[in-house]
Amino acid sequence: MHGMPTILPLQVEGLTLHRDGKRLLDGVGFALPRGGVTALIGPNGAGKSLTLRLCHGLIQPDDGTIGWAIGSGRIAGRPRHAMVFQRPVMLRRSVRANLVHALRALDFDQPEHRAGAALARYGLADLAERPARLLSGGEQQRLAIARAWALEPELLMLDEPSAHLDPGATRQIEQIIAGLAAEGMTILMTTHDLGQVRRLANRVLFLHAGRLKEDAPAEQFLRAPASPEARAFLAGDLLW
Amino acid sequence: MDALGAMQAAIRLMVTFDPQFLQIVGLSLRVTLTAVLVAAIIGLPLGAWLALARFPGRTALIVVINGLMGLPPVVAGLVVFLFLSRSGPLGPLGLLFTPTAMIIAQTILVLPIVIALTRGTLEELWQEYREHLTSLGLTGWRAVPTLLWDGRFALATGLLAGFGRASAEVGAVLIVGGNIANYTRTMTTTIALETSKGDLPLALGLGLVLMALTLAINAAGYAASRIGTRFAG
Repeated sequence: MHGMPTILPLQVEGLTLHRDGKRLLDGVGFALPRGGVTALIGPNGAGKSLTLRLCHGLIQPDDGTIGWAIGSGRIAGRPRHAMVFQRPVMLRRSVRANLVHALRALDFDQPEHRAGAALARYGLADLAERPARLLSGGEQQRLAIARAWALEPELLMLDEPSAHLDPGATRQIEQIIAGLAAEGMTILMTTHDLGQVRRLANRVLFLHAGRLKEDAPAEQFLRAPASPEARAFLAGDLLW
Repeated sequence: MDALGAMQAAIRLMVTFDPQFLQIVGLSLRVTLTAVLVAAIIGLPLGAWLALARFPGRTALIVVINGLMGLPPVVAGLVVFLFLSRSGPLGPLGLLFTPTAMIIAQTILVLPIVIALTRGTLEELWQEYREHLTSLGLTGWRAVPTLLWDGRFALATGLLAGFGRASAEVGAVLIVGGNIANYTRTMTTTIALETSKGDLPLALGLGLVLMALTLAINAAGYAASRIGTRFAG
């Protein structure tokens, strides 16, 4: 990978977002260098998903900037960051066709071949011709990750990747994420599962009420959070 | 002639492939299928545009189109008649009392169904798919092929409903076609005419074909929605 053009580090500065007179994000800023698993955590409504969506370009901030090392996060016209949504969006097609559709949309050559590789890697080959929407929750999430992986992103963003999954499926998804990180893919994910943070993340961004309260190594954050909000969050108090 | 005798004569017409009988059935199918095809070519893109575009007056337009789904066929026939009649704006084309005029009238009947159904189906799909498709750079018209394909079963049901409406109507084709023997006489107009003349076998035979057609359309629609449910999960 060295020497290849890269969109990272991502430099986020002063992200602010208003909706219906409410300030949902207020001056959120952080830098995301290459590598590692960064967990965006915080209470419901803190702005975790919004931050991901802003970084991925799905919504525009009222103020602030999202700066990629190259262009707008694209190289050769193709976005180099991909996103997996909390509820995987499954097209009304077969598992294979879901992969091929995404690859075609971004003009990858040999979409069938690449789809086959993604199916094999994520253990979906036996399910390839099944309608994607009939898969179990865990299988759908695996397909969503496979579909994002097939687009060869440098940065993969995942919004609560195991929120609706049973422990077995959660373990599978965590293994996949850890494997991707080990291969050098940069991961930015939201979660409300502190155990997952401990198992996967090496860095924590703690959001509270639209503000970034802490940016610390995961181990340090879990052991000795600096802000009273984070201490209360870790102690399981409801935050307002 | 009693009803039983008429029924026997009607079945004889059908099984002996009576040329006049076949000609009427054939014309009806040609007119209605062409109308549905034209309505699909116009209505699918228009419905897709209406599903994705946002502009002032959009809601009013949707309400009008939904309302036009219930347009009485005789009114559609009357409007087309006024346009195509010799003193009308399209009079010089000489289309009045031709199969083409009937296709135009039935297209007008089917079009609102296709547009409204496409709009509703695609708008719902877009709500669900928006973030994923935006993520893939498929916004605006680039999203339309995906949405049309994923709405294929609902859209097929809509086209079948349009076919059902057009094949069963009598008012529009009667007015603009003129019910001319061997030229613009369809199943429905023939049934109306022959019944009033007392020629029950032909009317009854055509009625049976119409019924069978309706049944087939509904069966196909049911199958489409069943298969669609399989994919929709």
